[in-house]
Amino acid sequence: MGEHVIKLPDVGEGVAEAELVEWHVKIGDLVREDAVLAAVMTDKATVEIPSPVDGEVLWLGAEIGDTVAVGSPIVRLKVAGVAGAEGSEAPPKAEKDLSKEEPGSTPTPFRASHRSRPSFGPPQGGGGRPAIVPDIDTPKPVPDDRGRAQSPSPSPLRGGVRGGGATAEAAKNAKATATSSGASRAEGEKPLASPAVRLRAKEAGIDLRQVAGTGPAGRIGHEDLDAFRAGGHRAPASRSGLQRDTTVEQIKVVGLRRRIAEKMALSASRIPHITYVEEIDVTALEELRAALNKEKRPGRPKLTILPFLMRAMVRAIGEQPAINALFDDEAGIIHRYGGVHVGIAAQTPAGLVVPVVRHAEARDLWDCAAELNRLADAAKAGSATRDELSGSTITITSLGAMGGVATTPIINHPEVAIVGVNKIMVRPVWDGSQFMPRKMMNLSSSFDHRVVDGWDAAVFVQRIKTLLETPALIFVEG
Amino acid sequence: MKEIACKLLIIGAGPGGYVCAIRAGQLGIDTVIVEAKKPGGTCLTVGCIPSKALIHAAEEFDAVRRAAAGASPLGISTASPSIELTRTMAWKDHIVGRLTGGVTALLKRQKVKIVHGWARFRDGKTVEVETETGRQLIRAETVVIATGSAPVELPSIPFGGPVISSTEALSLDGVPERLAVVGAGYIGLELGIAYAKLGAQVTVVEAAERILPLYDADLTKPVAKRLAALGIELLLRAKAREIEPRRDQLVVETADGAARQIAADRILVAVGRRPAIDGWGLEELDLDRKGRFIRIDDQCRSSMRGIFAIGDVTGEPMLAHRAMAQGEMVAEIVAGHRRNWDKSCIPAICFTDPEIVTAGLTPDEARAAGHEVDIGQFPFSANGRAMTRHAEDGFVRVVARADNHLVLGVQAVGQGASELSAAFGLAIEMGARLEDVAGTIHAHPTLGEAFQEAALKGLGQALHI
Repeated sequence: MGEHVIKLPDVGEGVAEAELVEWHVKIGDLVREDAVLAAVMTDKATVEIPSPVDGEVLWLGAEIGDTVAVGSPIVRLKVAGVAGAEGSEAPPKAEKDLSKEEPGSTPTPFRASHRSRPSFGPPQGGGGRPAIVPDIDTPKPVPDDRGRAQSPSPSPLRGGVRGGGATAEAAKNAKATATSSGASRAEGEKPLASPAVRLRAKEAGIDLRQVAGTGPAGRIGHEDLDAFRAGGHRAPASRSGLQRDTTVEQIKVVGLRRRIAEKMALSASRIPHITYVEEIDVTALEELRAALNKEKRPGRPKLTILPFLMRAMVRAIGEQPAINALFDDEAGIIHRYGGVHVGIAAQTPAGLVVPVVRHAEARDLWDCAAELNRLADAAKAGSATRDELSGSTITITSLGAMGGVATTPIINHPEVAIVGVNKIMVRPVWDGSQFMPRKMMNLSSSFDHRVVDGWDAAVFVQRIKTLLETPALIFVEG
Repeated sequence: MKEIACKLLIIGAGPGGYVCAIRAGQLGIDTVIVEAKKPGGTCLTVGCIPSKALIHAAEEFDAVRRAAAGASPLGISTASPSIELTRTMAWKDHIVGRLTGGVTALLKRQKVKIVHGWARFRDGKTVEVETETGRQLIRAETVVIATGSAPVELPSIPFGGPVISSTEALSLDGVPERLAVVGAGYIGLELGIAYAKLGAQVTVVEAAERILPLYDADLTKPVAKRLAALGIELLLRAKAREIEPRRDQLVVETADGAARQIAADRILVAVGRRPAIDGWGLEELDLDRKGRFIRIDDQCRSSMRGIFAIGDVTGEPMLAHRAMAQGEMVAEIVAGHRRNWDKSCIPAICFTDPEIVTAGLTPDEARAAGHEVDIGQFPFSANGRAMTRHAEDGFVRVVARADNHLVLGVQAVGQGASELSAAFGLAIEMGARLEDVAGTIHAHPTLGEAFQEAALKGLGQALHI
């Protein structure tokens, strides 16, 4: 018997360290070659670390949430046969995966998505399981299967499609493995569970469609129900009355949520915000928007308010370039950008991300709308690339239909301005002789008061107001 | 008029109603059940149980008769046997009596009040019952309609005289010399085969182009073969038209359009069953309907608040075990438990010779549901127990999803195959895969081994074929 040490592989993208977001095994588990051991996250890209060999887990080198340097040992396995005392980062078997996905890098066994994966990983209860590598690809013996069922992360995937496309290995292993353990059901498929499990779920008020099954053919067992409940999913309060709930749940802030937290804290502590709220009469804009949507050619995207706002901002920035900048306060330098790269704060199942519409100044209204839709879909699906999620010079935040009356947006550090869109509401407006129903929308914008004076902030917002209230101005040249 | 109030009122004490009442009683619900006849309903009194008694008697007699004819390969010989059908019927009635008495006792033990009489709705909360001792008014918070079903009558061949339904066929005082059966569904064939074995000359008339049209041809083929061996004449694509005025001839329009007269002492009309929705005031309630049936949701709730419906009155499949499961569920819902209909399958059995069992999806149904399927079929001719029972016809067929081998359905045809329904149903309800069935040791020598072998066959690993 020997020991095999698995080190954190170079996860690419020139990063030196990665955050451990999930363990798929625990000490004592038997793992098979290619079984996923852990997931790590580097600047929004999640990477799974598969085991290069069969063995028993002896030691885990990090806790969830720890930042681990590339090359440091993370797992020690007891392996049969030759003493592989100093385990490799380069098991021969995994090379084919790698050559496919990461040409030219070190031959280390990992499979990265190369996609940012903000979704599928609800941070609560130990985190979801952003399975990039489908388990169904590898034949699993019973012990491994059990290990998974008891793993600390119970995979509370919602109605979820787990696992991506089949790999070459899957094809090779054909029939036997197609049916191996842990396969999950496709979206919309009826959950598979024995009558006893169904009854228990029913009595606990759990919708089995929400529960991931770890059994054969994705069957939901009692342990899956336990895991689902332990994952913070509670039955709706009983009808009999109100009950005290004395539970306190500890939720480790990891992954995307931690990044959001850090960024917000940085912005709020470093930047003295000035927030300026102004109301805008968007009656004419809404009429124009409705007309354009009605007349639009097939294949063109449906217009929301945002593309108009983006175009208006481009014009206003043309007159006030100081608003479209990044402030490097440590170096004391303001980087003023010619191009307007508009970040759009977007809510995804995992949390806030900011996809970026690049060079809005070079895009017309329809182009802005199309790019916006594409990015929003990609962000929600978790398939937006790293490039698409960074590099903005000014940001728009909108709570959509939730809107509210006013917000106090936090600037997307190190930018110097953020424009917040509030809800359009019909309000009575005095036109000098009578009250008229007008569609009114508030704009709540924050500025970095260190480099943007209140006066300039007001001029910027008033300019946008003028443009939006008479939308033809947005499109008039010169 | 006497008046009583209760929490739960059940109309009809068939398998659905009495199970609902027993369970409700166990759960401490104040329950009243109304039944015009004996408790037990169609199933116990004029359906499942008496027909199986008659079928068993017919099988026994047939075996002895064949032995007497020197046709027994087992080496048994005997003098010419006879059957006294009135004694057979008495034996059958005794079984029915024991079972209905048992139901009454169970209801009493759970403190369920039984009201004998014909119920009629006044409104959704009030029912009037005509009893022997006068009228009784029952007010209830919740009502369960479990009125069941009745044989369908053909307008051109109304019941009466020689024309009988399955009910009368189970209480004849002698074996008819010539029996015509209209309808080759499961009821017509079960009784037709039984009477053929008892010595009747049986002719079966069916409008469709094959027997048991609801089952696939592979399953029905062994039954068709057996019908021929029993000397039962089968007229397919033929329509029963009328009864001759002398009332002993059934006029049939045959497949080629010709009229043919079939001499018959009895004419059994078994062309289906209809929900019993007349005569108890359904019109007062104006419940939503689904065809002729009462429309229910997945908790057996009707369109009116506080009124549930279970069993045959709610639609196909009209099977006692479906009604029982519904009755149990409804009692628990009334008791405040969270329940809904979540069954994966309702097995169905046709007690012909040989018997047909189906549970879950057939290959065609599975494909129609969008599944790619693996099918494993194992013949009883390769099963030791079937051979030693001298009943080698038939097979077990397993239908599984090709991608994960989940068992979607199991069908079988063969003598004694009905008992396999338990294993089939359990496998499907537990979400078994082919590997689970194949990996379970099945005792040798039993018919059940054919189930395991069929699963192995589905995996491409059958051992004994």
